[in-house]
Amino acid sequence: MTDWPLLSITTFLPLLGAAFILSIRGEAEIVARNARNVALMTSVATFLVSLLVWSNFNNASADFQLVDQARWLPGFAISYKMGVDGISLFFVLLSTFLTPLCILSAWESVQKRVKEYMIAFLVLETMMVGMFCALDLVLFYVFFEAVLIPMFIIIGVWGGARRVYAAFKFFLYTLLGSVLMLLAILAMYFDAHTTDIQVLLAHPFPVAMQAWLWLAFFASFAVKVPMWPVHTWLPDAHVEAPTAGSVILAGVLLKMGGYGFLRFSVPMFPLASHDFAPMVFTLSIVAVIYTSLVALVQEDMKKLIAYSSVAHMGFVTIGIFSIQLQGIEGAIFQMLSHGLVASALFLCVGVVYDRMHTREIARYGGLNSRMPAYAVVFMLFTLASVGLPGTSGFVGEFMVLLGIFQVNSWVALFAATGLVLGPAYMLYLYRRVIFGKLTREELKSILDLSPREIAVFVPLIAMVLWMGIYPSTFLAPMHSSVAKLINDYQLAQTVADGASVALR
Amino acid sequence: MYASVVFLPLLGAFIAGFFGRRIGDRGAQLVTCAGIGASALLSVLIFIEVVGNGHPLTLPLLPFIVSGDINISWALRFDTLTAVMLIVVNWVSFMVHVYSIGYMHHDKSIPRFQAYLSLFTFFMLMLVTADNLVQLFFGWEGVGLASYLLIGFWYEKPSASAAAIKAFLVNRVGDFGFALGIFGVYMLFDNISFDPIFAAAPTKTTAVLHLFGTDFHAITICCLLLFVGAMGKSAQLGLHTWLPDAMEGPTPVSALIHAATMVTAGVFMVARMSPLFEYSDTALHVVTVIGALTAIFAATVGCVQNDIKRIIAYSTCSQLGYMFFAIGVSAYQAGIFHLFTHAFFKALLFLGAGSVIHAMSDEQDIRRMGGLWKHIPLTYSLMLVGSVALAGIPPFAGYWSKDTILEAAWAAHTPYGMFAFVIGITAAFLTAFYSWRLLILAFHGRSRADEHVMAHVHESPAVMTVPLMVLALGAVVAGWVGHESFVGEDMGRFWGKAILLLDSHEALHAIHHVPEWVSLLPTIMAVSGIALAYLMYMFVPSLPGFLANLLPGVHRFLLNKWYFDELYNFLFIKPAFWLGYGMWKGGDGALIDGCGPDGVAAATRDVARRIGVLQSGYLYHYAFAMLIGVAVFVTWYMVKVG
Repeated sequence: MTDWPLLSITTFLPLLGAAFILSIRGEAEIVARNARNVALMTSVATFLVSLLVWSNFNNASADFQLVDQARWLPGFAISYKMGVDGISLFFVLLSTFLTPLCILSAWESVQKRVKEYMIAFLVLETMMVGMFCALDLVLFYVFFEAVLIPMFIIIGVWGGARRVYAAFKFFLYTLLGSVLMLLAILAMYFDAHTTDIQVLLAHPFPVAMQAWLWLAFFASFAVKVPMWPVHTWLPDAHVEAPTAGSVILAGVLLKMGGYGFLRFSVPMFPLASHDFAPMVFTLSIVAVIYTSLVALVQEDMKKLIAYSSVAHMGFVTIGIFSIQLQGIEGAIFQMLSHGLVASALFLCVGVVYDRMHTREIARYGGLNSRMPAYAVVFMLFTLASVGLPGTSGFVGEFMVLLGIFQVNSWVALFAATGLVLGPAYMLYLYRRVIFGKLTREELKSILDLSPREIAVFVPLIAMVLWMGIYPSTFLAPMHSSVAKLINDYQLAQTVADGASVALR
Repeated sequence: MYASVVFLPLLGAFIAGFFGRRIGDRGAQLVTCAGIGASALLSVLIFIEVVGNGHPLTLPLLPFIVSGDINISWALRFDTLTAVMLIVVNWVSFMVHVYSIGYMHHDKSIPRFQAYLSLFTFFMLMLVTADNLVQLFFGWEGVGLASYLLIGFWYEKPSASAAAIKAFLVNRVGDFGFALGIFGVYMLFDNISFDPIFAAAPTKTTAVLHLFGTDFHAITICCLLLFVGAMGKSAQLGLHTWLPDAMEGPTPVSALIHAATMVTAGVFMVARMSPLFEYSDTALHVVTVIGALTAIFAATVGCVQNDIKRIIAYSTCSQLGYMFFAIGVSAYQAGIFHLFTHAFFKALLFLGAGSVIHAMSDEQDIRRMGGLWKHIPLTYSLMLVGSVALAGIPPFAGYWSKDTILEAAWAAHTPYGMFAFVIGITAAFLTAFYSWRLLILAFHGRSRADEHVMAHVHESPAVMTVPLMVLALGAVVAGWVGHESFVGEDMGRFWGKAILLLDSHEALHAIHHVPEWVSLLPTIMAVSGIALAYLMYMFVPSLPGFLANLLPGVHRFLLNKWYFDELYNFLFIKPAFWLGYGMWKGGDGALIDGCGPDGVAAATRDVARRIGVLQSGYLYHYAFAMLIGVAVFVTWYMVKVG
């Protein structure tokens, strides 16, 4: 099996499905049904292939594995190169895991342009997986930017009332960050004469250059994470996006920033990372406290969860720049966990939105008496979101805080206020939606979860509990790669210290 | 046997919770009671094996978090401390499960209730069998969750939902400290499993941790942070505000969670960490003072409350204070002994109160009771047993443990111990007073309830009174049965290695040499408290009103629970919403979007209009905003660094 180009198959299988859907002709009703079926089957098949990637992954090795390589632009030393290591492996799986659930969740709620919708999601999947697997800077950049296109279309076409405003805000915020990154990529190419990420990882960039490159990448990744204060596109994008769009946005797209920090900023510009870490900590702490408080007063469910995402991603950036084994592994774990939990919460909002066509919290209340199963599911993900031990949310938060506490106890102290603020806004939301007396006329006939909706939630619940109770499954493949990352980082610091001593 | 004692309740909860509709109310009750009943029996066997035969053991289950040099497992630890807690938790829980069959029989979601109760028990058992701090934290947060679910069980009542959130959040404030404490312990010991920590503690007595810009004595700061967690869970002064509100939950919940088990988790945790606390006199002094202050604070408030459950809740708070100051003077065994006896008589009092409320058609205000003893004599006599035990009248359970605690505080011969002793004696007086105030107002005198209610007053069914009798038995005998082993001659063998006591901390040994009056004083105070209650509420009923009018300030201060809720509301809750709103509208809306995308958009639109170019200009606006943002950032950083 190992000689198969598994990563390329995983990446491009969805595109094949999309092409197939494109070729479906006939009556609208039948086209829609076939498009749904093909999309679901393709995405499930992709997920199965990605499981093969996991089973062929060797935990003991810190290197890139399952590497596929092909000549692309040989004149510029640019090639098509794919591979995964312990850092990217689970992001690939996260993307392939969430896509079928997205397609399933849109089964009934999307009725117009079904064919195009399914195509957009499959293309999106290809771009996401490709982005996490790319081992060439240019290839990475292509995927990284291409992700925006289907997402932009999904928000702009299937979104809510202010979808155009949101789509533009989203697109420009993220694209403009990327423009700076492109400049940085050019600069790197001229310095190292290659775009091969494996080579670049070993290439020592000049100290003076590192700061600028770091900032350019930061501009792009900080918007993606999103970090305070460039986060204001996120609530708008979420509110206007269709449910499945929000799921991918929160589940995978926000992880591109964190992944970028780990793949580029920290290992390639270690000296700049060291210098800028205090700034990252400050912005992250502000994010945790500020957005938690803002989440507390939201009147729209999706906005509330969007703000909570910013707070949770604050932990991720803290963990990454702690440059500490538990901190970084915790950050990766937190990203995976957030990918599942925030997705599930958006799906929860989608369930009631499909029924009532409003996301305004005040329009709900007392759902527990009509929707007991929904109440249980929503409670579980609420708890995962507040980091209750036994759910995936705890492990990531705990490891990040444990890691950063060894490095800087002040940061840990402020970030840990999230332990109190998180449940404040989540339980307050839950109370207003689920608890209380059901008094509104229009809610009195609301139906509980359908079997299809349960089928969407069950895999998510299983994963959240698995990751919460037995996280070792997911931590073990990370160890080698993260340890190497830290080793290289520290080596670079020592070399730089040595150099400055020599200069004196 | 060892694993099933923990997991049987979980199985019961799972079946009742997910198949409740299929197996029906009766099925759910049977399944959960059977699960917890089996656990209760097993816990006796475990107690015999661990304590009787002296075979403590640790049962590893699964690896949990493994990352770098941190290696946390799921493992069950059984030593004397755990075995004692198993008995308390399982038996009280079993009684409460059975009692709930009767108490909740009108309710429409019985399976959910029984499932929550069993789920709570599971988390509590995970807590007491934890082998490391993270697993302890798992149980700790889990019982917090169960408490949240059960306080808010009647979800249609807004006050219940509010109380549930309050309980969760105040506990999270404590857990904030607890979590930092765990990180500190890890930083100090590179480990968070109990055995390695305890083994290494003697070598770290002079270690220093540099945290928050200051050098701390390492063990002291870890202990203090952990203690913040204990304060939240055990409702100690400052973090106690959730406990009275938690009475919104059904009464069996109050008995199980907010009297006998969960709220004592803090005491358990500190006792478990005795090998650390023993090396920090400062931490122990803090524990003493906080415990003592809580004991007196809650007792004073308990004297003026009118809700039957809130009186008992404040009483619980006060008794927890006793347990803590016992620990503070290194009388861990006495603290756990009081935890043990208290579990029986306080659960008894709560369930008794539940029986009263049940009889009175959900009336909880003792001002609208009176003369009940003729109608519900069995409940009355059982409540009387509970009150006698709580007041510390020999030979009932509370006497043995409270007396030991007060003697230990005196025998500690430190200013802190003396402070706790004086306060403890005063609080003992108040304890007896408010207990009898409750008894007299509820059961004696003329009835003040309306006739409809009185016509319905009835003794509870056997399914409720039998558990009460079992607990009453505990309230009568637990003291003199346990005395010898917990704090007497047999102490050393009984506890084994579960609790560490340094030789220099000899309060518990010195209690045998305290003067006669120290041993007698608590009983004398209790009797005078009872006498005062009789005087004020039976013989001269005008006296309470007269006193309230004489000292209106004091009365209001106590009635409003020292104004803690108002203070917190003013300091934290209002500002949080105010800040959140301000940051949303002002920060995100006006400042970031205003100066960023929207503002630039508007400005460019202005300019655009002026030069007559008709275009929306969206693209440029955002481009501008972003670039300016980044430029500002870079400049700011360069200025700061360069």
